[in-house]
Amino acid sequence: MTQDSASQDYESSLARSDNNVASFARTHTPIQTIQHVLHGNPTLVPVIVLLVSIAVFGLVAGDRFFSAFNLTLIMQQVSIIGILAAAQTLIILSAGIDLSVAAIMVLMAVIAGKLSVDLGIPAPISVLIALAGGAAAGLMNGLLVTKAKLPPFITTLGTWSIFYALNLWLSGAQSIRSSDIDTAAPFLKFFGNVIEVGGARITFGVILMVLVFVVLWYMLNKTAWGRHVYAVGDDKEAAELAGIRTDRMLISVYALAGLVCAIAAWASIGRVGSISPQAFYEGNLQSITAVVIGGISLFGGRGSILGALFGALIVGVFQSGLRLAGVDVLWQVFAIGWLIIIAVAIDQWIRKVSA
Amino acid sequence: MTRITALTGVSALALALGAGAASAQEDVLACLITKTDTNPFFVKMKEGASEAANELGVELNTYAGKLDGDVETQVAAVESCIAAGASGILITPSDSRALVPVIEQAKEAGILVIALDTPFEPSDAAHATFATDNFRAGELIGQWAAATVEDPENAKIALLDLSAAEVSVDYLRDQGFLTGFGIDVKDPTDIGDEDDERIVGHDVTQGNEQGGRQAMENLLQVDPGINVVYTINEPAAAGAHEALSSFGLADQATIVSVDGGCPGVEDVKAGVIGATSMQFPLKMASLGIDAIVQYAEDGTVPQPSDGLDFFNTGVTLVTDQPVDGIDSITSDEALEQCWG
Repeated sequence: MTQDSASQDYESSLARSDNNVASFARTHTPIQTIQHVLHGNPTLVPVIVLLVSIAVFGLVAGDRFFSAFNLTLIMQQVSIIGILAAAQTLIILSAGIDLSVAAIMVLMAVIAGKLSVDLGIPAPISVLIALAGGAAAGLMNGLLVTKAKLPPFITTLGTWSIFYALNLWLSGAQSIRSSDIDTAAPFLKFFGNVIEVGGARITFGVILMVLVFVVLWYMLNKTAWGRHVYAVGDDKEAAELAGIRTDRMLISVYALAGLVCAIAAWASIGRVGSISPQAFYEGNLQSITAVVIGGISLFGGRGSILGALFGALIVGVFQSGLRLAGVDVLWQVFAIGWLIIIAVAIDQWIRKVSA
Repeated sequence: MTRITALTGVSALALALGAGAASAQEDVLACLITKTDTNPFFVKMKEGASEAANELGVELNTYAGKLDGDVETQVAAVESCIAAGASGILITPSDSRALVPVIEQAKEAGILVIALDTPFEPSDAAHATFATDNFRAGELIGQWAAATVEDPENAKIALLDLSAAEVSVDYLRDQGFLTGFGIDVKDPTDIGDEDDERIVGHDVTQGNEQGGRQAMENLLQVDPGINVVYTINEPAAAGAHEALSSFGLADQATIVSVDGGCPGVEDVKAGVIGATSMQFPLKMASLGIDAIVQYAEDGTVPQPSDGLDFFNTGVTLVTDQPVDGIDSITSDEALEQCWG
């Protein structure tokens, strides 16, 4: 037995042998290593940019920028575009684009305001009607994209105008005044409430924005529905062959995005105070900006929704920092333009990663 | 044989054209081209033009851009009016310079061109301009603010302008306000070249509530002691008030504005806006139709007001805290004349 076991003792010599598995020669330069890390974690780029820009503006613009008050103010300022960017992310992940997000939002805000302020309908009911209206508007986009087989860009270019026209017709291009909302339906301003902690001022709208992102992140990453969104966005035909009912999938994505826009509508009343049919005219482009800076691929199927949150915050940090550093508005616009181009360039570079 | 037919054809055509021209002179055609047909200001303008046109038996064609800055639609509208043989065009140019060439064409075609509200650059590109004296509108609220604020020598002023493009209405109101307040504006066509220490800063609002709120927040971050706020229009003023309220500073600052829209006048009544300068879009348009009829009858071209390069359609200060030496009307009186 002992002799037997000694002769069979391969294990002891194993430690001395070469225990490498067959592999390709590793010739990664440090830059390639970074490229690999970023490829695996697409949200890392916007997070780094956000932290670096906060640090830089903190140095340049000083304490006024780097105070809890100002940092939370930036969150308030981006909260509405942030929620719209969450809706936009859903559509872009499915390889579409939605030019109508801001138009849906403003229309639903006007509807809720008109119902409660002019017709005296209780605010919670108006809000429910607006939320349903948002989902219906999204559903309309979804049906046009899937059943009428129109490209998302064209569909939403059309519905953008349609919703904008309806908004102007309903509102008569007149704002609903803040004080009228206070008397008739203060509930519409719910998300304008503030929690103060030290110098920080967190509005309910900011909390709502974070919640929207957390819930959608969970849905996209931890549910079958979410995996299907990525699959459809990556390759619709392959997804269909794999048994995903892609049309139903897309319709649900557009309807959900519409619902999120209506949530943004409610939040926007708290943020702006009044209901302005003229506000957020470029909200659709600003939401796309946030998504792109957040490292989400415009070709669909790639990127994390949290990137859009960071993208929106980066824009807010740049605007606030440049403003406090005394830079003219013109150059703020200029800077945001470069941010978009650099973000997409970095995204393209990361996608070139080999093996 | 063929030649005769051809000639007959031509003369028949000439006759038809002659007849057409004759009948067009009998019933005057006027065109109204606005920046948009959604802004209540232009809605009121259209209303004024329609009423005057009905009264005088003038045919009126109206056109509007899709949004402010929509030059293409306005160019096409001017071309349509030339083709239709209009006697006169009333236009609020979306771009003061870009529309000049097509306006030259209209003038060459013998059409009277009147700029409403927004002058061309150069302003003599049109035969006449019927407009609010926007500099005066700013000056009135500037004078009122200087007389109302406790210590104007140590005021802290925020200026909430329209857009980064600095169009004429933007700098005229802004610089008018500063002049009225007693501040040296340096170049009166340039916003932001002043070096008076009382100015905390300028920011842009796009003329709506959301922009007004954000701009006010930004400037309060620069200096939380702001106590005088100039705003380009009343929606921007409403947004500024929201920002001040959320910072708990609503009582510290006096907001002034320009326009005279009904929601703005309501805000004067509610104490949100201290004073606003009211303008009269309805009057601009009805005077414009009168001028076109006059021109069609005897070729009279309207003349500018004394000392100005445009015809001043008037501006009135609206406030519930009147100041000695500055004429004003109360918000209740203004509610009867407001537009929108």
